[in-house]
Amino acid sequence: MARQMSMRGGMKGGAMKGGPRPKAKKGTLKRVLSMLFSNNKRLMFIVFICITISAITGVASSLFLKQLLVHIKTGLADGWDAALKGIISLIVVMVTVYGTSIICNLIQTRTMAKVTQGFLHQIRTNLFNKMQSLPIRYFDSHLTGDIMSSYTNDTDAIRQLVSQSIPSMYSALISVTTLLVIMLTSSLWLSLVMFLGVFLMILITKKVGGNSAKYFIKQQHSLADEEGYIQEMIQGQKVVKVFCHEQESKQNFDVKNDQLCKDATSAHTFANILMPIMGNLGNILYVLLAFIGGLLVALNVNNVTIIGKVEDSALFIITIIAFLPISKQFTGNIAQASQQINSIVMGLAGASRLFELLDQDPEEDHGYVTLVRCRIDKDGTITECEERTGHWAWKHPHKADGTITYTELKGDIQMFDVDFGYNPEKIVLHNVSLYANPGQKIAFVGATGAGKTTITNLINRFYDIADGKIRYDGININKIKKADLRRSLGIVLQDTNLFTGTVMENIRYGRLSATDEDCIEAAKLAYAHDFITRLPDGYNTMLTADGGNLSQGQRQLLSIARAAVKDAPVMILDEATSSIDTRTEALVQKGTDRLMQGRTVFVIAHRLSTVRNSDVIMVLDQGHIIERGSHEELIAKKGKYYQLYTGAFELE
Amino acid sequence: MAKSLSKEKKSGFLPAVKTLSKSIREYKKPSLLAPFFVALEVVLECFIPFIMTLLLGAMDYITSNPENPNKLSVKIIGWIFKNGEPNLLITILYFGFALLLFALLSLLCGALSGRFCAVASSGFAKNLRKDMFNKVQDFSFKNIDRFSSSSLITRLTTDVMHVEMSYMMIIRTAVRSPFMLIFSLIMSFTINARMALIFLCTTPILAIGLILIMRKAIPFFTRIFKKYDKMNESIEENISGMRVVKSYVREDYEKEKFHKASNDVKNDFVKAEKIIAFNGPLMNFCVYAGLIAIYLVGAFLIIDSNEQLLKMTELQSFMTYSFQMLMSLMMLSMIMVQIIISTASCKRIAEVLNEQPSIVSPKNAITEVKDGSIEFENVSFKYSSSATTYALSNVNLTINSGETIGIIGSTGSSKTTLVQLIPRLYDTTEGCVKVSNVDVKEYDVETLRNAVAMVLQKNQLFSGTLRENMQWGDKNATDEEILHALKLAQIDFTDLDRRVEQGGANFSGGQKQRLCIARALLKKPKILILDDSTSAVDTKTDALIRKSFREYIPETTKIIIAQRVASVEDADKILIMDGGKITAIGNHEQLLKDNEVYQELYYSQNKGGDDNG
Repeated sequence: MARQMSMRGGMKGGAMKGGPRPKAKKGTLKRVLSMLFSNNKRLMFIVFICITISAITGVASSLFLKQLLVHIKTGLADGWDAALKGIISLIVVMVTVYGTSIICNLIQTRTMAKVTQGFLHQIRTNLFNKMQSLPIRYFDSHLTGDIMSSYTNDTDAIRQLVSQSIPSMYSALISVTTLLVIMLTSSLWLSLVMFLGVFLMILITKKVGGNSAKYFIKQQHSLADEEGYIQEMIQGQKVVKVFCHEQESKQNFDVKNDQLCKDATSAHTFANILMPIMGNLGNILYVLLAFIGGLLVALNVNNVTIIGKVEDSALFIITIIAFLPISKQFTGNIAQASQQINSIVMGLAGASRLFELLDQDPEEDHGYVTLVRCRIDKDGTITECEERTGHWAWKHPHKADGTITYTELKGDIQMFDVDFGYNPEKIVLHNVSLYANPGQKIAFVGATGAGKTTITNLINRFYDIADGKIRYDGININKIKKADLRRSLGIVLQDTNLFTGTVMENIRYGRLSATDEDCIEAAKLAYAHDFITRLPDGYNTMLTADGGNLSQGQRQLLSIARAAVKDAPVMILDEATSSIDTRTEALVQKGTDRLMQGRTVFVIAHRLSTVRNSDVIMVLDQGHIIERGSHEELIAKKGKYYQLYTGAFELE
Repeated sequence: MAKSLSKEKKSGFLPAVKTLSKSIREYKKPSLLAPFFVALEVVLECFIPFIMTLLLGAMDYITSNPENPNKLSVKIIGWIFKNGEPNLLITILYFGFALLLFALLSLLCGALSGRFCAVASSGFAKNLRKDMFNKVQDFSFKNIDRFSSSSLITRLTTDVMHVEMSYMMIIRTAVRSPFMLIFSLIMSFTINARMALIFLCTTPILAIGLILIMRKAIPFFTRIFKKYDKMNESIEENISGMRVVKSYVREDYEKEKFHKASNDVKNDFVKAEKIIAFNGPLMNFCVYAGLIAIYLVGAFLIIDSNEQLLKMTELQSFMTYSFQMLMSLMMLSMIMVQIIISTASCKRIAEVLNEQPSIVSPKNAITEVKDGSIEFENVSFKYSSSATTYALSNVNLTINSGETIGIIGSTGSSKTTLVQLIPRLYDTTEGCVKVSNVDVKEYDVETLRNAVAMVLQKNQLFSGTLRENMQWGDKNATDEEILHALKLAQIDFTDLDRRVEQGGANFSGGQKQRLCIARALLKKPKILILDDSTSAVDTKTDALIRKSFREYIPETTKIIIAQRVASVEDADKILIMDGGKITAIGNHEQLLKDNEVYQELYYSQNKGGDDNG
């Protein structure tokens, strides 16, 4: 089992799907950079200028020592006065250079804070906006936790990359280049020793850093695996208690926990030892330079620089003294850069997953028929208007002749020979046809999985039909803009999703312009007023964590109130009262029936009492409508409907 | 619930650290070795520039024979060559070897400390997760209600990660940086006390500056992290409520709302980070000011005293030390933020670890449940001691072993509350519940719960195979037993290796409910409680399930909570509940005769059948 679980864990992170390693896609870095630059051209320019200046000035300080030593030599030979002028001008230069460096550093960090946070804000809003545009299919096929991790883990990895890794790498690059020039102009021999050492350092970084990255990725896998387990167990904690499954649960957890610990230890070991290795290699190199330098002096070798200057051994000692801190800075920069390897690998992997989500195709909408408020004259002519009239019309522009026709919104829905499957191989609805006239109450009954909810998914176009036609007030629903289509439908789903906010705000979600009175009226209609007034703060009670402080039944009542306040011409109730007892349900039904007088209602339920007073009841079986008619007709028919609902009595 | 939690959040950070430190356990040794080796590494590393100064001094002494040689260098040369003629090459070799040795030892110590640090921090994190998970497993329903499951998950994952990172930094970087600072200072004093005084001037300025910056930034960060958490919660809510968002065409509204929240977080972060941004320049300022002072004073000292008080070769070491100090301070300021982040995490973890399970088995617990009789004696119950209304009041009830009991009542009438007291998922506030004539509080909890199988209203299957899920009921159940239980629950699956996805997502609602019933049946309980567990099952199948109960488990006491009268109609006794009280008890015929509520329910649900039947 453990093995299967870990395989599943590996599947969790989006980008991991292809293979075991969440390797960043090619071009990810380029895309991150171009995103970063395109929106902050000016700021990024400032940042990079500042980094360049502070890197160069930081390096330049090593040059000052040599200058100073030369001045001191003069001073020692000819007295303090001879050296004073040189020393003062050196100090003036130092103050200027360091002052610039500090100012640049301040500007850079403060600008970078703005850039980074702006960038993260941009990524978050891009993600969120993208998410709002994605089709329901995406959410049906991805776990909430996986989508969430884009906002948390992936964004955080990118933050590291943008705010730290990229500037440090750039800074290191500038420093190293500058130091290289200084070194070459100081001493060719010593530079050669340096190159050898640095080559070794890079080799080691590659080896150790590579191992580190490998184990970090392994750690991510076992982390995902363990997190999945934690989530499942904690959410099912009450079931665990009821079955006294605590011991097994602890044991399984221990296995995963130990694996995670093992991988984390390896990953952190490699990451932790990289710095001491690099730092001390720098030290060894430092020693080696001193040693070789000393040797060269002892052997009376003249110093040669890349610009062709030749120094004798007396001056050579000064060069060596000045060269040593430079070497330390050089290796220090390389060590710093090597520290960024993990952040870069993780950051790019995170960015790659983020981009995958951002590149998802949005929900398609080719509709052009829109919903408008209108005035209807006695003779039936419809004129569009701005104010609330209680009437709505479909505005249908005809491309061919450029004319516009208006059709009154009535809530007449017809389906002709509709076929549909969530994936092409598996058709769940076959040849479904139905006619819902305005004012009718249409019910769907049938076993779970018979396709009841699917029909509503098609009416509001959460999914698009494969074959057949759906007409709404005579208009093909594919021509209607999705937003306008959905605006005309009031939907109450079995899974009530309430949002953090007050009860009042949650009801108002149905119609943002609704007054408090409208909301209370709707709550009364939905029979929710009673329990709301008994809440600690009445309508101002804060709902948290998906309305966790309410019972399932109360939440259903609230979501009915939310739909009631929307006041739509067509209402779809998908198991909307499944957790409400039948007595309360009858009261709720009375309310909604009054509300929906003259409008179309679709009801989905498995409970007899919920659907009985419908005008037409459709019995669905494995995607086929097998019976249709009123309750009385169907009972009289003694078919499947009769069996479904009286089966219990037959057994007696 | 939220109130009591926030109150505890205010409790101190130090007690939280104390609670957490109990989880270090077997990782104490690496936790101590890591800082030890880091300290050693620092000492060795700090000796390198010192030795270098000696080497340069020695070279100077041998080549140019100055008036004021470095005394220590001369001493060492004397020691190397006894009284012979000093040789430059050999001197360099000696020093070079010493330096190499120090560098290699420093590398070794650094690597060892890195390893121990990794072992200690990963192990500590492991223990924290384990302790928390185990604690949660021991939680009673009451404890579980106090924490939302999403908050428990965050505590087990993100919060532990923050603490792990901080721990790693504390036992290594937080030791290394101050140590490096102090030791560099000591070494510079050894080389030249006059010059080292310069560091003594700049360091306090730096320390005070850093403290001021941090003090200003910390409250900002604490506030931001709260906002950030809230923002993420609302994203999560949005993802799971996407159908509602789309149905109400609220995409733009949500976008705008989110944009505002995200922008708010951004602005706060920018403000806080802009304060933190002073860290680097402040440190640079101190180091550069020190450096300039070193140059100026150094040059003067060397020239004025003609290398008596300070030697040229020593200047180099001072530069190295000042850079080392700069580096260590930078590290220190970087880990500060991480440690600030983790203080909140620390407290949240401590909250879980300090939570006391409210239900535990008594000493000398009874480990056998004889039969399935149940008795409620004057039972009253409320969910929290601060609640003003009772969820159950004054319930008296006797159920004989083997009886079938139906419970019916409106939403919120406390049907579930009543049955949850039987397997002691909650403790009564007043009165007592007896199973087989013994107070449930006297039983070993596991014994009691194994005898009382309950199918919860909000039930769940777990990822794995069908067989694994069924074995939750009985670890040693054979395939035949499982298939039999499935058959009783009216499920005709025969492939026990069939995969169950997380939460049983690949089964329909009705199938899930029936699988949960089968799982409960495998416990071979004395008492079986179904809490609205057949709501998604059609009536015919529902009836078949009850029929198999009658035929195959006649001795088991069955308690069935249902919405449908049909589900309870054939029960021995039917309880009608309302507002936390049992308002009527009787069998179907009796209630149909003289209970108004029952009549109403029955006729409203069966009118159709009767009209045409």
